[in-house]
Amino acid sequence: MAALAAVRRCRVLLHGAVKSSFRGSPSQPRSYSAGRLSVQERIERKRQAALVGGGQKRIDAQHGRGKLTARERVALLLDPDSFVEYDAFVEHRCSDFGMEADHNKFPGDSVVTGQGRINGRLVYVFSQDFTVFGGSLSGAHAQKICKIMDQAMLVGAPVIGLNDSGGARIQEGVESLAGYADIFLRNVMASGVVPQISLIMGPCAGGAVYSPALTDFTFMVKDTSYLFITGPDVVKSVTNEDVTQEELGGAKTHTAVSGVAHKAFENDIDALLNLREFFNFLPLSNKDPSPVTECHDPSDRLVPGLDTLVPLESTKAYDMLDVIHSIVDERDFFEIMPNYAKNIVVGFARMNGRTVGIVGNQPKVASGCLDINSSVKGARFVRFCDAFNVPIITFVDVPGFLPGTAQEYGGIIRHGAKLLYAFAEATVPKITIITRKAYGGAYDVMSSKHLRGDVNYAWPSAEVAVMGAKGAVQIIFRGKNNQADAEAEYVEKFANPFPAAVRGFVDDIVVPSTTRRRICRDLEVLATKKQTNPWKKHANVPLAGKKGRGRR
Amino acid sequence: RSPSRSCHVVTTVFPSALFSFLSVQTFDKILIANRGEIACRVMKTCKKMGIKTVAVHSDVDANAVHVKMADEAVCVGPAPTSKSYLNMDAIMNAIRQTGAQAVHPGYGFLSENKEFAKRLAAEGVSFIGPDTHAIQAMGDKIESKLIAKAAKVNTIPGFDGVVKDADEAVRIANEIGYPVMIKASAGGGGKGMRIAWNDEETREGFRFSSQEAASSFGDDRLLIEKFIDNPRHIEIQVLADKHGNALWLNERECSIQRRNQKVVEEAPSTFLDPETRRAMGEQAVSLAKAVNYSSAGTVEFLVDSRKNFYFLEMNTRLQVEHPITECITGLDLVQQMIRIAKGFPLQHTQAEIPINGWAIESRVYAEDPYKSFGLPSIGRLSQYQEPLNLHNVRVDSGIEEGSDISIYYDPMISKLVTYGATRAEALKKMEDALDNYVIRGVTHNIPLLREIIVHPRFISGDISTKFLPEVYPEGFKGHQLTATGRKELLATAASLFVAAQLRAQKFLGDLRLQERRSWELCVELEKGVHMLGVSRSGATYTVEIDGDKLEVSSDWNLASPLLTVTLNGIHRTLQCLSRNAAGEISLQYLGTTFKLRVLSKLAAALSVHMPEKVPEDTSSILRSPMPGTVVAVSVKAGDTVAEGQEICVIEAMKMQNSMTAAKTAKVRSVHCKPGETVGEGDLLVELE
Repeated sequence: MAALAAVRRCRVLLHGAVKSSFRGSPSQPRSYSAGRLSVQERIERKRQAALVGGGQKRIDAQHGRGKLTARERVALLLDPDSFVEYDAFVEHRCSDFGMEADHNKFPGDSVVTGQGRINGRLVYVFSQDFTVFGGSLSGAHAQKICKIMDQAMLVGAPVIGLNDSGGARIQEGVESLAGYADIFLRNVMASGVVPQISLIMGPCAGGAVYSPALTDFTFMVKDTSYLFITGPDVVKSVTNEDVTQEELGGAKTHTAVSGVAHKAFENDIDALLNLREFFNFLPLSNKDPSPVTECHDPSDRLVPGLDTLVPLESTKAYDMLDVIHSIVDERDFFEIMPNYAKNIVVGFARMNGRTVGIVGNQPKVASGCLDINSSVKGARFVRFCDAFNVPIITFVDVPGFLPGTAQEYGGIIRHGAKLLYAFAEATVPKITIITRKAYGGAYDVMSSKHLRGDVNYAWPSAEVAVMGAKGAVQIIFRGKNNQADAEAEYVEKFANPFPAAVRGFVDDIVVPSTTRRRICRDLEVLATKKQTNPWKKHANVPLAGKKGRGRR
Repeated sequence: RSPSRSCHVVTTVFPSALFSFLSVQTFDKILIANRGEIACRVMKTCKKMGIKTVAVHSDVDANAVHVKMADEAVCVGPAPTSKSYLNMDAIMNAIRQTGAQAVHPGYGFLSENKEFAKRLAAEGVSFIGPDTHAIQAMGDKIESKLIAKAAKVNTIPGFDGVVKDADEAVRIANEIGYPVMIKASAGGGGKGMRIAWNDEETREGFRFSSQEAASSFGDDRLLIEKFIDNPRHIEIQVLADKHGNALWLNERECSIQRRNQKVVEEAPSTFLDPETRRAMGEQAVSLAKAVNYSSAGTVEFLVDSRKNFYFLEMNTRLQVEHPITECITGLDLVQQMIRIAKGFPLQHTQAEIPINGWAIESRVYAEDPYKSFGLPSIGRLSQYQEPLNLHNVRVDSGIEEGSDISIYYDPMISKLVTYGATRAEALKKMEDALDNYVIRGVTHNIPLLREIIVHPRFISGDISTKFLPEVYPEGFKGHQLTATGRKELLATAASLFVAAQLRAQKFLGDLRLQERRSWELCVELEKGVHMLGVSRSGATYTVEIDGDKLEVSSDWNLASPLLTVTLNGIHRTLQCLSRNAAGEISLQYLGTTFKLRVLSKLAAALSVHMPEKVPEDTSSILRSPMPGTVVAVSVKAGDTVAEGQEICVIEAMKMQNSMTAAKTAKVRSVHCKPGETVGEGDLLVELE
């Protein structure tokens, strides 16, 4: 690395800062007896021990795996000097298997917790320390995490978990399991109250995986992080499948195949810096409005390229990302699940500085149809936005739900219903733009006027109908000869925005180049929107059933 | 949006012509049998003359600028040019349907097609160009050479006949003496042209040229002539009417070429003295008169270092690079062509043709200049902004933001013309114009253009058609940073990073934060790592690099594609192409894109622990360097190929490109077959 010389200098500085906290204490920490040292000295020693976790050897091993330590990660994630640590003195309480020995006690145990700021905004963080017992979860470890989660709920600030843990602390038995359950409960209680984000930066296996799964967003680091219920060895012994860790639960598997993770990053640094950027899109809690940042992109900017973007032939594809990038502020779009169910695009952007959630059918992939995976992906995202007051902007170009046995057997009816449910239930500002096709039930689902869409627009290229011309004509004019003429008549009637516009199902037909301006204005108007759903204990979103093998 | 934005003419350059636009009645309606910038260019003048315009277009061009600009538009077929813009039946129908009285063919397509001119004449429609006889005589390189000789025009020694086969080509080549030029008899624009230095190259050149000639012109006849080594390419614009009058409108210097296609042109030439200019002009006029030429035409010459000039060919159409002649003479050539076609005599005498100032034209192409000085690229112009905010800049284009550059047509984005009282002024303006030109979504050749115009050899006028291979023998590598340039770039990137960091903390209704005033950053550029100190005072950042201090100020508008900064008092326009959370910043600086990474000191220190990711080995993988069609595949799986051996041929934009093996190896698998369309980066062949 060419950076070496410069970097060495930095390292010295970094470690220098750490060492300065010794303040004249004896040169090497050695075994000490409580009686002979003053309390002050003991505090210093413990604190110092907490800073080095499992010791230099294990830190070097962690670095050798291409991973940063728990503290380095926290330092990168948070604003400089903003981290306030909790429970640095907590130690595990296990007294079996020799765990009670001094050399098996580490101040702070295997997790670093506290709060700090990202671009000045409060966040609670826990960062599992792989150098201490492989980051395994002890009762004390769980208790530390629960403490910051409880406080985050009290003050209304997000929780970020940096996961790097071998699993349960086996020596502690049920206490460790209880710890997991305590965390799960808090994950569930905090769900919809404060945003919860998991960044998997090492192994995360067994029961531990359910905490990330319960959080709002799960990100991973490529090549160094794994998520699975059981590892390759157990898989081999139970199902006789040969599979590597990477294939079973690596970043690629979970971002492209299983849909468990929302995005993957190149390495620890890349992931943490991106997480800072992502954090800026989020409100701090369900009591906070969608955040508004300083914006240099004029809200009334015209986008001339949109007027010619939708191809003249309705069978030809275009890239919905082109629409999204050109409309949002500064082409800045943080896409969620970019490699999974690509026939729907979801992610965060800003309009005139205000965070919005974007949902768009992607005509480039599988014609932008809705299937099991895209429905679930869309539904989960819409529900997050609704829970945290983030307005939803929906771009519709959907030919319908994907037909076929694979989809029907997989339960497309149930899964499609999730997306329908999510849009219908949402009370945040909802703006919908039909760019081209809005066919069949999928038209209803995609944030239509009928599901309380606040402002619904159609571009001149919009076609709102029960189905495409060919299929429709075969049914309406069954057995008649003049199919071509009938098709032309159907196209004339339905392949345009008028049928929807005359009924008021779209509020206006807009010139595509003016879309950004319209949305920005509407969002200003809708900023004061207030809408509540009927009182209920909780709603019954159609969750049940196994997930089918759908489109990747 | 007003289409005039994209076809802006520097009106101050020819005020007299403006006055005359409405003075005579020519045609009521003209059909423009072309697309892109030249169709727009012609329509622009038609509008000034009060003539209605008809556009023709292929189906993929239905939303094109030239279609929107025209009063009427007719679709003449599907995307391939042979089925649309070259489809004479459809175009004749369009003429009948719209009642157009005349046709302007632009350049390329049907502009030098005598058959088309004949069919128009048969229906009583005026062809805005020379008559059939002149097109035929000058269109055939063999015949044109004979006529030129007879008209006492200097010609190149060569074989005045059609070459039958490769063996004959070798025999003739040996008679003339190497080097020789093999070219298509029907050719133009550098297509079907090969240079050979020995017998082997002659055979190969014969094969390629006849294939290209057949596919481009439907005529595989070839001829051979002496190749003038290291010449300049200088051409004379002529204008002749139907009454036997002819003028020469001075020269255009077109020596900067790649693969025989022009890249940068200027008028006048730094090389010609008034005597040579007059001699060339007079020979050009006598050639025009010899074929009873009428309309605008161009006589191309090769000029050697001793100012000997040889007739190369005559283009019987409006040239791509005509705007620079318009700039220095004040004439509107399209207007003149329309008047002449209607039968009006010339308005000027030779003595009235001036050289006012200097004009430079850069051809902005959608192509990758790092591959053979430019291989075509395609894509959608996601952002596009012409530098029309600057004075004395003219941009002739036929595209706009959102347009597609497709594989079907020429990948030219625009012709960027700058004008100045002196050459230095025009060149400085060109620098500014290129820096302010925003093109996103396709790879473009601005890096190369920006380097050419500041190269000492170009500035001194020491150029030839071999300029590019001589100046960049290893291929074009982009701008090479000087020590000062490096510091400017580092300081700008660091300041931009800080500006973005500061803004990321500005939330509405949140004023708790104390703004930082100083930063320690680590910036990576071209594998070098630099520690920088940045301190802020208002919108001005003071950046410390290796003991030097640079003051960087700007409005720090993070939404604008242009980044205008003042660096220690010097104004520079850079472009921020991308910027991400991981600190990666792409900046276009002096035309070339540089990738930088800005990290905090802490992140930089920790990055030593990050694993290096290994990129895939490319020597055993052959990927398509551009989008195109596979014409031939010369190997199959299991074959052993030698390094440099031809593996397959890709045709793009009518150019055949031979793809060769990067090493000697066995072919593992072949992933393409003839006739297939491939995209840039598609896997063609894998070697073991």
